[in-house]
Amino acid sequence: MNTKIAIDRLRLSFGKNQILKNITINVYKNTITGFMGPSGSGKSTIISVINRMIDFEDNVEIHGKVSIDGINILDESCSPVILRRRVGTVFAVPIPLPRSIFENIAYGPRLQGISGRTELHRIVEGSLKKAYLWDEVKDRLSTSALKLSGGQQQRLCLARTLALKPEIILLDEPCSGLDPISTAKIEDALNQLKSEYTIVLVSNNTKQIARITDFAAFFYMGTLIEYNTTDKVFTTPMEKQTEDYIQGKFG
Amino acid sequence: MRRINPRFIDKIVQIVFNMQAFFTVSILIVIVAIIFIKGFPYVNPEFIFASPEDMGRHGGIFPSIAGTIQLALLSILFATPLGVGTAIFLTEYTRESTFTKLIRFGVESLAGIPSILYGLFGFIFFVIKLKMGWSLLAGVLTITIMILPTIIRTSEEAIRSVPRQLRIVSYSLSATKWETIKKVVLPAAAPGILTGIMLSIGRAVGETAAVIFTMGSSLRLPLSIMDSGRTMAVHFYILAREGISMEKAYGTALVLVLSILSINVLAYYVMHRAISKYS
Amino acid sequence: MIEKALLKERFVKWVLIAFALSSLLFLFLIFIFILAEGLPLFLKVGVGNIIGGFKWAPTRGSFGIFPMIVSSFLVTIGALAIGAPMGLSCAIYLSEYSGKKTQMLLKPALELLAGIPSVVYGFLGVIYIVPLVRNYLGGSGFSLLSTSIILGVMILPTIISISFDALISVPKTYREGSFAMGATKWQTIYKVILPSAKSGILASFILGMGRAIGETMAVIMIAGNALKIPGSILDPLRTLTGNIALELSYASGDHRLGLFSTGVVLMVIIMILNYIANFGIKRKIAK
Repeated sequence: MNTKIAIDRLRLSFGKNQILKNITINVYKNTITGFMGPSGSGKSTIISVINRMIDFEDNVEIHGKVSIDGINILDESCSPVILRRRVGTVFAVPIPLPRSIFENIAYGPRLQGISGRTELHRIVEGSLKKAYLWDEVKDRLSTSALKLSGGQQQRLCLARTLALKPEIILLDEPCSGLDPISTAKIEDALNQLKSEYTIVLVSNNTKQIARITDFAAFFYMGTLIEYNTTDKVFTTPMEKQTEDYIQGKFG
Repeated sequence: MRRINPRFIDKIVQIVFNMQAFFTVSILIVIVAIIFIKGFPYVNPEFIFASPEDMGRHGGIFPSIAGTIQLALLSILFATPLGVGTAIFLTEYTRESTFTKLIRFGVESLAGIPSILYGLFGFIFFVIKLKMGWSLLAGVLTITIMILPTIIRTSEEAIRSVPRQLRIVSYSLSATKWETIKKVVLPAAAPGILTGIMLSIGRAVGETAAVIFTMGSSLRLPLSIMDSGRTMAVHFYILAREGISMEKAYGTALVLVLSILSINVLAYYVMHRAISKYS
Repeated sequence: MIEKALLKERFVKWVLIAFALSSLLFLFLIFIFILAEGLPLFLKVGVGNIIGGFKWAPTRGSFGIFPMIVSSFLVTIGALAIGAPMGLSCAIYLSEYSGKKTQMLLKPALELLAGIPSVVYGFLGVIYIVPLVRNYLGGSGFSLLSTSIILGVMILPTIISISFDALISVPKTYREGSFAMGATKWQTIYKVILPSAKSGILASFILGMGRAIGETMAVIMIAGNALKIPGSILDPLRTLTGNIALELSYASGDHRLGLFSTGVVLMVIIMILNYIANFGIKRKIAK
């Protein structure tokens, strides 16, 4: 299996607060990898390093290496703007831009210089279909995205990320505010998508991790406790802490 | 002697405050009412569209209306990019530092300078030293500086009130900072910025001291930016001060006040709609 | 494509820095040019002879502006004496007594009136206030009193708006605590709300003063512009701003420089007032 993201001895602190302590982990191509752990475990912070959204925080100090296809993205020479075309992100709370459904999806492609109406339309339709939203919105693409329900908004955000044609999709607790039906739709979409993308799913929902991921990593207090195929992590965990977490004893 | 019942005092105080507020509001209503009632008979299409004759004793005020519009629009044209740009810089491109404090100090100081000092400065700098003479251009440049602080402050407030999450989403979709500002921040902040622009137009329209010493008071319509001209406010001032014609003065005052009030009402309306949209 | 966007990014940043610096540049220019024109006369005639001098006869070498400095302060204090109690009580009414609906309607309406040009106030003063003063109190009517009344009304929107903001930002718990101890509404306002909004209210007065002392067109229309310290509130007077506006259009040579010296003095006074107002507001925020 090919390594897509290689994180090597990543340490990160906010001021004096060390959030990540020497994380080393490889994420493989065309898989869904789940990052789980209680809040404060650092799982979301790792995501924000991979897409360099961490740049917008103050007082951050980062050491170590994060490589995508063997190239260190923490290097000075790596432009975060270019990086974010390859690494798409879906946040915990769906945040549509205050414009139409169509324009939300077309936002990324337009930034990449695509302006032909037919091509944009093709991208919008394709992305919405992959995110299992097309049938619900195809007749009202020009209405405001803010009018969609929470579950639809989150799928819109997924579609918007797909429209970037990224290689990697990071999802930061994408279903935390959603009902079970919307959650199921997103999970279905992710299962279809992994053949084309490398997906990292951060979630506090162990059942979700068990359902749809191929690999699972358990983080606790900024440390990687356990990382293995999802089957092994959930059936025969090596560490006591992992077992306790999976069984819901804390977290 | 028994103490007076505090509840009784409370009632009295309440009545006093009600009356006081009523009185204050009445004064201000009376001011507007006088202008409307006294000016109304003299305002007609001829008054609006004709040129003044005999120093303004007869005829209309068309050149001064045109002069006012020219001055206000050109000043806005200069001040808006400068002001909005400054606001963008202060909110998006820096953290609070000595540099931003210095710029804020500059903006605050400009806001506190009375208009006669702008007139004094515009006169010596644009009219005399830069040899523009009394001209539309000198007036526009002076008013541009004068309204700049208003535009900066309202724009900054509007830009700050755009939710941070929208920026984050835009960045995550691979936008650069400028793309994010252009496509997400400015559209969301537009109503607030527009409010500031309209308030500034109102100020430019009503200004006299800073205009009369820079743009001059020629009665003719300025046909180039190097021509002198007069705004409605200046025309009104000259009519009233030199006792040329009370009728024309009242008429001009009505047109002047009506334009400013409607610009300001529009500004508040835009702001109010923007606020209710977000909450 | 992407390189273009990143290049633009850097270009835009520099443009914006230049824009931001423009405010400072303008301030600097205003400062420098008024000082450059105004200071030489101070050196030539002497600071004391200008600031402390009683005689303004610029074509004959006398540049005393002491009466104007005093007059500027007098009209400002007069304006405050009229505008401050009216404005503050109006703000108290709006924040404490009026219903939400009245508040929503009146506050913007009062702020709109701040937009009425000062020439209009001056004109109405000449037509209505000046004859009133002349007929009932005597003198020409062009007087300290008339000027103070008009300026007092002119600064109302400033005072109402800013003290209202100060009053409304007093935490609700303060009010509730006071009511809970059995205080009446007036006692609560007087003992709790006004003291905690004090610095904001003070700032509104100082900003009102700044507006009054800098006001020009309304003042020259109603003040009478006499060149001496007024002996009573019915006497005419000339302010620093009035002095500049009355003579700038025809002054030349040392006479013009004298007007710039007047401007320098005005600028210094305004700077001091602004400093005090900012200081007051900052303290409020720090609290």
